[in-house]
Amino acid sequence: MFSRRFLVRAAASVVGVTLVAGSLAACSAGGSSSSSGSGGKVTISFLTQNDSQSVATGKKYIAAFEKAYPNITVKMDTQPAGTQGDNLTKTKLSTGEMDDVFYYNDGSLLQALDPDKQLVDLSDQSWVKGLTKDFKQVVSTSKGLYGAPVGTSFAGGVLYNKKVYSKLGLSVPTSWAEFMSNSEKIKAQDPSVTPILQTYGDDWTAQLFVLGDFANVAKADPKWASNYTKGKEKYSNQPALAGFQHQQDTKDAGLYNKDFASVTNIQGMKLLADGNAAQYPMLTASLATVAQNEPSELNDIGFFALPADNAADTQATIWQPNAFYIPKTTTGDKLDAAKKFIAYISSSKTGCKLQQSTGVVTGPFVNSACKLSGSVPAAVTDEQKYFDSGATSSALEFLSPIKGPNLPSITVQVGSGISTAKQGAALYDQDVKKQAQQLGLPGW
Amino acid sequence: MTTTTTALIPDDVLPARAPSGARRRRMKSMYPSWFYIPAAALFLVFFAMPTFASFYFAFTRWSLFAHTFIGWANFVEFFQDPQLTTGFINTFIYGFVTSAAKVVLGLALAVLLTSPVLGRGYLRAVVFFPVLVSTIGVGLTFKALLDPFHGLINGVLKNVFGITGPGWLTDPHMALLTVAAVDVWKGVGIATLIFIAGIVAVPQEYFEAARVDGAGSWAIFRRITLPLSRPAMGTVIILSLIGGLRSFDLIYAMTQGGPGFSSDVIASVIYKQYQAGFFGLSTAGNVILFVVVTAIMIPVSRLLNGKGAEEE
Repeated sequence: MFSRRFLVRAAASVVGVTLVAGSLAACSAGGSSSSSGSGGKVTISFLTQNDSQSVATGKKYIAAFEKAYPNITVKMDTQPAGTQGDNLTKTKLSTGEMDDVFYYNDGSLLQALDPDKQLVDLSDQSWVKGLTKDFKQVVSTSKGLYGAPVGTSFAGGVLYNKKVYSKLGLSVPTSWAEFMSNSEKIKAQDPSVTPILQTYGDDWTAQLFVLGDFANVAKADPKWASNYTKGKEKYSNQPALAGFQHQQDTKDAGLYNKDFASVTNIQGMKLLADGNAAQYPMLTASLATVAQNEPSELNDIGFFALPADNAADTQATIWQPNAFYIPKTTTGDKLDAAKKFIAYISSSKTGCKLQQSTGVVTGPFVNSACKLSGSVPAAVTDEQKYFDSGATSSALEFLSPIKGPNLPSITVQVGSGISTAKQGAALYDQDVKKQAQQLGLPGW
Repeated sequence: MTTTTTALIPDDVLPARAPSGARRRRMKSMYPSWFYIPAAALFLVFFAMPTFASFYFAFTRWSLFAHTFIGWANFVEFFQDPQLTTGFINTFIYGFVTSAAKVVLGLALAVLLTSPVLGRGYLRAVVFFPVLVSTIGVGLTFKALLDPFHGLINGVLKNVFGITGPGWLTDPHMALLTVAAVDVWKGVGIATLIFIAGIVAVPQEYFEAARVDGAGSWAIFRRITLPLSRPAMGTVIILSLIGGLRSFDLIYAMTQGGPGFSSDVIASVIYKQYQAGFFGLSTAGNVILFVVVTAIMIPVSRLLNGKGAEEE
C-alpha cells in the first residue's frame, strides 16, 4: 500500500504527528473517579506511530497542550505504522481498547475502519469550516466527519534536478511527448546522468507512474473515481491505462538507471539531489530525506506534475495529510478533553507552528487556520503553483475506498519488463476486485 | 500457518480418536484418566478449536468487525488468482529443489565427516553452525551480499574473476533459485547431522568384511552406506520437504516474493492476503496449504517409512 508504506519510512520525518495514550482499560478505571469530581483533572490517552520522529513530535504536542490546559494530562502510546498498524488499529477498535485520540490515515484506509460505527462525529467542531473541500471529503462518510488534519499535504509527480535542467537547456514539460523528448535529450547529451530514476529496492516507489497520473485521469473524466467505485471503470481501459502505458514506454526506451531493480528510495533521493539523475517520479514527501541528508541541495530539486498525453489534462495529484480521530468508546470528560486536544493541535496558532516546525514542509496546509511561514523548499513553491491555478486532484485512494494491495508488485513487473502495461493493468483490475468484495461494495 | 502446524500433529492425538485408545490404555496406565484432563483442555482450547474455527472462517468474508458466510467463494477466488498459479509452481520448485539438494549435499558431507579427516569435529561444527543462526538474519545478510551493484559477491566476481555477476535477487528467473540456494546453505547442517547419525549406526563389521572381499570405496558407498542410511534419508526428505513446502521467512526476508511475483510461494501469497485484510481469503489459503502438504506428505512418509521398516 502506497500511502502506508510511505508513511512507515517518510511520514516519520514529514510534518508528522503523533501521540498516544494508555490503554483504555486503565483509563476507564481512572476516568470514573475523575469524572465524579467535576472540574478535577482528566487524563486522556493518545496513540501515535512508534518511530522516533513521531514520538518526538508527539511529546512536543503534549507538552504544548498540557501547558495550555493544565487540568488535562495526555499519556502517549505508540504502535507501528504500515499494515501491522492497520491490523492493530482494527483490533483495538473492535475490542473497545482504542486510545482516546489516535493518529491514522484518511481516505480508503479510514473507510475500512467502519467510521460510522466506530468513531465520534466531529462535524460540529468549530475548526471544520476552515478545512479544504478535498480534505473534508477524505475524512467523511454520508453520516459524519471524523478527522482533524495534522501536518501538510504532499504531491506525487516528477521531482527533477533544476541544475541538470538548466545546464541542458530544458524546460518543464506539460505533455507526455515533451517529457519523453526531454528524457531522450538528457540521455543523448549527458550519458552520466540517468534520465528517469526508478528505485525498486523499495517496491512502493514503482507505483508513482500510475498513482501520480490519477489527477490527469480525473481531469479527462471527472466521474472516473465514482464510476470506478461502482465497478464501471477499469484500469485496463483509457484514460486510466495511460499510467501503466507510460511506465512501459519509459522502460522500453531504456531511460532508467541500470541498477533500478535494487536501488532504494533514500539512495534515489541522493542520486537526484547530487545531479546523477535528472527526473524521479516521486512524492514531495521524500524531500524530508534530502532535508536531512543533503540540506544544501534541497533547493536544487523542483517539482512538476506527471504530464498527461494531452497537455490540457495535466494536473498535480495531491495526497492529504493524516488525521486525529476519537473512538466512540471515549465518553464524558474524556471526550471533551479529547476534542480540546484535537482542536488545539490541528488549528491553534501554537499547534500550526508545531506542525510546521517538527518536519519538512512538503505542501500547503489543508486547514485555513494554518499558514505556511518562512521559507519553503523550491519544490513546494512549484507545487503551490498547481494549487493556485486549481490544477490539482486528490489521489485516487482518497476518492475511492478501493485500493488493490498488490499494486507495488504489479508496477515493479511492468517497470522491469516482466509484464506489459496491458497485462499489468488487467492484473490490477483483478486485485482491486478482491478489495471491493471484501468491503461489500455493490456492483462487484 | 497455525492451521498447518496444528494439523500436522499425528492423528492419534486428536480427541475424536481418544475414546478407543483411552479404553485400551486404561488397563495398563498407572495414572487415573482425569490426569489427562488439563492437557486435553489446553489442547482443545489452543489447538483444536482454532483449527476448527479456521475451517469455518475459510468460508466467510471476514473483516475482524464482521463476517459473512459466502460458501466456496474464497476457494474459487484463490484458485483463480494468477499469483497463486505462480505461487503453487514456485512452492513445488522450491520444496523439491531444496529437499533434493539437502539430501545429496547432506549425504556427501556426512560421508566426508564420518571418514577420518583432519579437524573432523571442527568441520562438523562449521557445517552445523548456519542452522543456529536466525533465518531473518541470514536472509538480510545475504540480501546485502547479493546486491547486484554494491554487494560483496558480485564485487568479488568482478574484481577477482572479471565476470559481471547476475542480478541474483533482482532477475525474475534467478530470484527463487538464489533463495533456495541460501536455504540449502542454511539447512544442510541438519541433514548432515541426521546422515552422520545414520552412517555411524551402521556396524563396522560390514565395512571390514567388504574390504576383506576387495570392495573399493565406491562399492562400499554404493552397496553398504547408501542402502543402510535409508532410514536417515527418509527423515531428511520428510523434514526438508515439509519445511520447503511451507517455507516463508527466508523468501520474505530476501525478496518479499519479488521482483513482481516471481519468487512468491503459497505461504507468502497467504501472508500478503492477510496483510491486505482479506482474512477469510487467507484462512482459505491456509486450509488449502494444509490439505496440499498433507496430501503430499502422507504418501511420501508411508513410502519411505514402509521401505525403511522392511529392511530392518
